[in-house]
Amino acid sequence: MRYAKTALGLFFTAVMLFPVYWMINVSFTRDTDMRADPPHLFPVNGTLEGYRAVIDQQLPYLGTSLIVGLGTVILTLVLSAPAGFALAKLRPKGGGALGFVLLIAQMIPGIIMAMGFYAIYLRLGVLNTVGGLILADSTIAVPFGVLIFTAFMSGIPDELINAAMIDGATRWRTFVSVILPVSRNAIVTVSLFAFLWAWSDFVFATTLDGGGDAQPITLGIYHYIGNNNQQWNAIMATAVIASIPATLLLILAQRYVAAGVTAGAVKD
Amino acid sequence: MTSHASTLVRTRESARVRRGRGHWTAWAFLAPIVIYLLAFYAYPLYRNLDLSLRHYTVRSFVQGNAPFSGLDNYREVFADPAFGPALLHTLTFTVVSIAFQFAIGLALAVFFAQNFKLSATLRALFLVPWLLPLIVSASTWSWMLNSDSGIVNFALKSVGLDPVNWLTSPDWALTSVIIANIWIGIPFNLVVLYSGLQAIPAEVYEAASIDGATGWQRFWRITFPLLRPVSAITLLLGLVYTLKVFDLIWIMTKGGPADASITFATWSYRFSFGSLLPEFGPGAAVGNLLIVMALVFGLLYIRFQRRQA
Repeated sequence: MRYAKTALGLFFTAVMLFPVYWMINVSFTRDTDMRADPPHLFPVNGTLEGYRAVIDQQLPYLGTSLIVGLGTVILTLVLSAPAGFALAKLRPKGGGALGFVLLIAQMIPGIIMAMGFYAIYLRLGVLNTVGGLILADSTIAVPFGVLIFTAFMSGIPDELINAAMIDGATRWRTFVSVILPVSRNAIVTVSLFAFLWAWSDFVFATTLDGGGDAQPITLGIYHYIGNNNQQWNAIMATAVIASIPATLLLILAQRYVAAGVTAGAVKD
Repeated sequence: MTSHASTLVRTRESARVRRGRGHWTAWAFLAPIVIYLLAFYAYPLYRNLDLSLRHYTVRSFVQGNAPFSGLDNYREVFADPAFGPALLHTLTFTVVSIAFQFAIGLALAVFFAQNFKLSATLRALFLVPWLLPLIVSASTWSWMLNSDSGIVNFALKSVGLDPVNWLTSPDWALTSVIIANIWIGIPFNLVVLYSGLQAIPAEVYEAASIDGATGWQRFWRITFPLLRPVSAITLLLGLVYTLKVFDLIWIMTKGGPADASITFATWSYRFSFGSLLPEFGPGAAVGNLLIVMALVFGLLYIRFQRRQA
């Protein structure tokens, strides 16, 4: 009976992950077998030509995405960790209103933000720059980051902070050498999501960085589909490679992922 | 005992310090985020509102001397033949997606809440579709739903059904993007509802089974009512998220064929960025209508959360 449930669970997971499997399968399929009837369920005559095409053409896109992702993580942490500390522990008047604004900010559709950014960037001349894209991408993660840091830091005992301040530390010093080190879990969770969201962003990329030299991988794939409807193995190979960060992070940081999903939705 | 008392005194002391000077220090910590919110949320939103009230051409967009046109852009949008379909599709896409995501997510959460081997590992694997970049999911589904060589039509054929022109027929395009969106949304629903299930005390179930409740009764009489607060939050958040879905639809169908899968988000993008002759005014107007829709549900969500707290 126990194993019957495991079998059923395996079946559900297999159904759910079939599209992911199919992407991997197609990425190894030869051009000539792409429209085979019936389709090959396994890459029987597997080929690496799709991956060769990725390495030839998509490496610069991947590099840009990496820079944009890391830049977004740093900017998000720098902005949201001190804010979370202040909201959780210093609780100034008006803090509640700020929290409310951050909740609302999360609900604004990205496409509308993109239009506003486009108008501003055009005037400032920062369209198609990596820095501009990092700034725009950070708007996806910053409100979430403040939310996570506030929730997490509320749980840190006040005694810890008071002890540091009695010892003569300033609030900034307390924040840097007491609060931040014990907030490691929150830092990991926020970084994880900031990176993933920046890595997968398409809306800001296509509106604010569609014409530059340094474009992220989401645009790499998009152009590939547009210019080239035939080489699906190369398109899927790019997709597989673009999914690697998500998969790696999921394996390395499983519990942070689940914590992040629920913290975004459920109040403690 | 003495050390405990001295901690108490210290706490009280510092609390007093905090109330005085602390207020300004707190806002010093908050200054970056306040400036950020003004510069990167409030100002773009203001620009967007401004865009929607002016008549923009490509040239005036650069020079910034577009004439004020009042509500003309909104009137144009309401009179556009795409308005009806866009509204209908936005609502259909949102409601149908959420209904299925929630039902499937809840069934899976109940299933995974049981104790069996590999349960935790398999549940973690379920997160994969949610973490993949949308462009990856969207292009994978595009290929799976391909009319001639897609695996889905092959499966239909092998059970004796007629193949469907998923992405290229106006009758099926909306269904296609909804199917892909349900797949993407299941993990979120599963994780949040699962954490809600974990919060229900086991004693309640024990008491029920002593009273002889069947599995079905336990679900409808205990799980479902006790899960209601979490369910409501999941549904409202789902609503806010689904309203803004853009990438998926744009990548799979571009809102077509013939507006068959156009929604407010894709329509707004098409106005502003979808062609060589951008119409920023109407694009911004559609975007602002979408914000209003999102805010209505967003405020419901916040009200609900406040009541819970």
